[in-house]
Amino acid sequence: MGERFESVDDVIAKLREVDYLADANIAGAVFLADRLEKPVLVEGPAGVGKTELAKAVAEVTGSRLIRLQCYEGLDEAKALYEWNYKKQLLRIQADREHESDWETVEADIFSEQFLLERPLLEAIRAEEPIVLLIDEVDRVEIETEALLLEVLSDFQVSIPELGTIVGKRRPIVVLTSNNTRELSEALKRRCLFLHIDYPEIEREEEIVRTRVPEIDAALATQIAGVVRSIRAMDLKKAPSISETIDWARTLLFLGRSELDPETIGETLNVLLKYQSDLVKARKELVDPPSPGAIGIKRP
Amino acid sequence: MHWAKLRDSMDRFGRPLDEGGGVSTAAPEILDVLQGFVHELRAAGLPVSMTENLDAMRAVEQVGVEDRTLFKSALGATLIKHHEHQRAFDTVFDVYFALVGPGADADAFADDGGPPITGELGERAAGGGAMGDMDPADLARALLDALQSMDRDALRRLASMAVTMFAGMEPGRPVGGTYYLYRTLRQLDLDGMAAQLMSRAAEAGEAPEGELADRLAQEEMQARLKELRDLVEDEIRRRLVEDRGVEAMARTLRKPLPEDVDFMHATKEEMAALQRAIYPLTRALAARLAQRRKRRNRGQLDFRKTVRQSLSYGGVPADPVFRQQRISRPEIMVVADISGSVASFARFTLQFVYAMASQFSKVRSWVFIDGIDEVTAFFQESDDITEAIHRVNTEAQVVWVDGHSDYGHAFGAFRDRHLLEITKKTSVILLGDARNNYHSPNNEVVKQIAARAKHVYWLNPEPRGYWDTGDSIVSQYGMFCDGVFECRNLRQLEQFVGAIIEA
Repeated sequence: MGERFESVDDVIAKLREVDYLADANIAGAVFLADRLEKPVLVEGPAGVGKTELAKAVAEVTGSRLIRLQCYEGLDEAKALYEWNYKKQLLRIQADREHESDWETVEADIFSEQFLLERPLLEAIRAEEPIVLLIDEVDRVEIETEALLLEVLSDFQVSIPELGTIVGKRRPIVVLTSNNTRELSEALKRRCLFLHIDYPEIEREEEIVRTRVPEIDAALATQIAGVVRSIRAMDLKKAPSISETIDWARTLLFLGRSELDPETIGETLNVLLKYQSDLVKARKELVDPPSPGAIGIKRP
Repeated sequence: MHWAKLRDSMDRFGRPLDEGGGVSTAAPEILDVLQGFVHELRAAGLPVSMTENLDAMRAVEQVGVEDRTLFKSALGATLIKHHEHQRAFDTVFDVYFALVGPGADADAFADDGGPPITGELGERAAGGGAMGDMDPADLARALLDALQSMDRDALRRLASMAVTMFAGMEPGRPVGGTYYLYRTLRQLDLDGMAAQLMSRAAEAGEAPEGELADRLAQEEMQARLKELRDLVEDEIRRRLVEDRGVEAMARTLRKPLPEDVDFMHATKEEMAALQRAIYPLTRALAARLAQRRKRRNRGQLDFRKTVRQSLSYGGVPADPVFRQQRISRPEIMVVADISGSVASFARFTLQFVYAMASQFSKVRSWVFIDGIDEVTAFFQESDDITEAIHRVNTEAQVVWVDGHSDYGHAFGAFRDRHLLEITKKTSVILLGDARNNYHSPNNEVVKQIAARAKHVYWLNPEPRGYWDTGDSIVSQYGMFCDGVFECRNLRQLEQFVGAIIEA
């Protein structure tokens, strides 16, 4: 049983040291992943720090991060292992003169030294502590998902020629998904589930101040306020945390210490990437239709 | 009740956390309580498997029950696997593990150790909850103070007082929580409070300058008021559970998941939830269809190419080549009734169809009440569907005489203008409850459309049992359609759209 963290507060404190501000939910899931030795499936909109979480956990636990980036068409040979076929051919040809019998050759070419490790196998056989990140798992086809099941539940891989390879030490496994498709129930059952959403305004402000330490406190407050305001609009793609940080950096770089409509208008394209979103946000923030039309009546 | 029981048994059996390992170390009571909770979750429609149940058990052993938030997130991480289920989970949790019974207040408030409400008012309020000597004006003032400084502990206490003072809750009275919520909020007058807070800020010389600052300040105010509203709601729920017991409350609060909400009877909040659910649903559907298509895409053997390919293997056809099947994308015409009773249904269907537009070669749409108007352009001019829907509702010319549904006339006009544009590639989807206000049905038109189109479907948002009752004449139209479907929620809508793309 893993004992990388003492308590949930310990998780929060340690992650904070590497500038990752986790809330109780995130920290709770990481803590349980360690104690129950179960993978965590992290879902949420793009850019809320799902991948960052895995990196941060690896950093604070002093583990090596092994990353498997998923994509459509990912298969066993790319995810698990592959026989080094060219090397095997060479071995057979080199053997012609010695005239060894076929059994010896076969046993020889299906041995360790002809095996190419891919991320999953690498993680299983690793001696040192590992954090395994399976990124954007929703991109693989359902059939490929099945390949992950054996690894995730028993942390072992069966290679027909070599037998079953069992992991020495359970790593922390983080799977991320942008939820472009529903993952199979079998996969979900094997994981703990964590949904990371856009942060509350206070947390976002804190994130901005942690990640961009040079920034003025008042500006950070304003940034978080405007971002919340923009997220409340009906947009194609709401600004992510990383975009908020980029925006803060941009403002710092431009030497702005306060947000006014003009500044927002000039820099809005850092936050929003779709033309229709830009138009809409500009209409609301930079030149609102009529003063006082939004919100509450004043006394 | 369950919360108290759980804490109690955890105390008695020591903290299994230290012993580590299997479920066996846990007290049977804890198992019982969690079993009951899982049972409630299942009753609320959330799928919870056996493994998840055991995981929850182990998770609770690890985190203990001292910290309620932590306990909740541990259960959440192990028991729910869909983000859309979070709300349902929250409700069930709040009810099932409600802080009730003797010492509940201590449970709820003592942990935070927050400072007491300051000032004379605070002393009076803290004096054993003597509400008698506190009048509504005092409470309002205290609430404003708490909102201004955003003192969450004080706010919670005050919310509880407000419920005592205004909700007028009586034990055993069979009234829903929303009634009490309404009564309390009406007395509190949140809008008035917002205005007062703004003017207070102005007096203190902190008035926001400029429209942007104004907007941000107002949003902040709204967020704080929402927090107050949630606190009031929590408090009411807590007291109702105390009064009626967990099981009874859980039953009344069981809410359908967004995809099961009936279009015709959705509340404003449910509408918002539906709105949010549409886009992910369309994406999921598109991905699923693409996958199925890819799997089926293998066509017949391409003999010529196979022979050509075989030359590189010395004439052995080692690598057979298959023809790719051409993907046929249907052309869609949507004709939707947008009169009051079925407006939201038409709205969601249009939204859904346009969100799936990439799956069709062409989408055209009309809306009608007793007159009919084409609204395709609204959707083409704006890539923002919500705005397009707004224009449909405000700009389309759909009233001919009196603004009561007249399917016969609307269909007649549709035929006169567009019948020749329907081709063998077109699927026509008619939306409506077919409540024709006893006008002439003119169902010949549907027959004429069906004769030209590839398919004609009718979607009816009413439950099947109501069809052909009163002024509904759905089967008179349905007799010429390829299918008449009941379509009352997003789930049914998704199934239908998936089916016509496949067809």
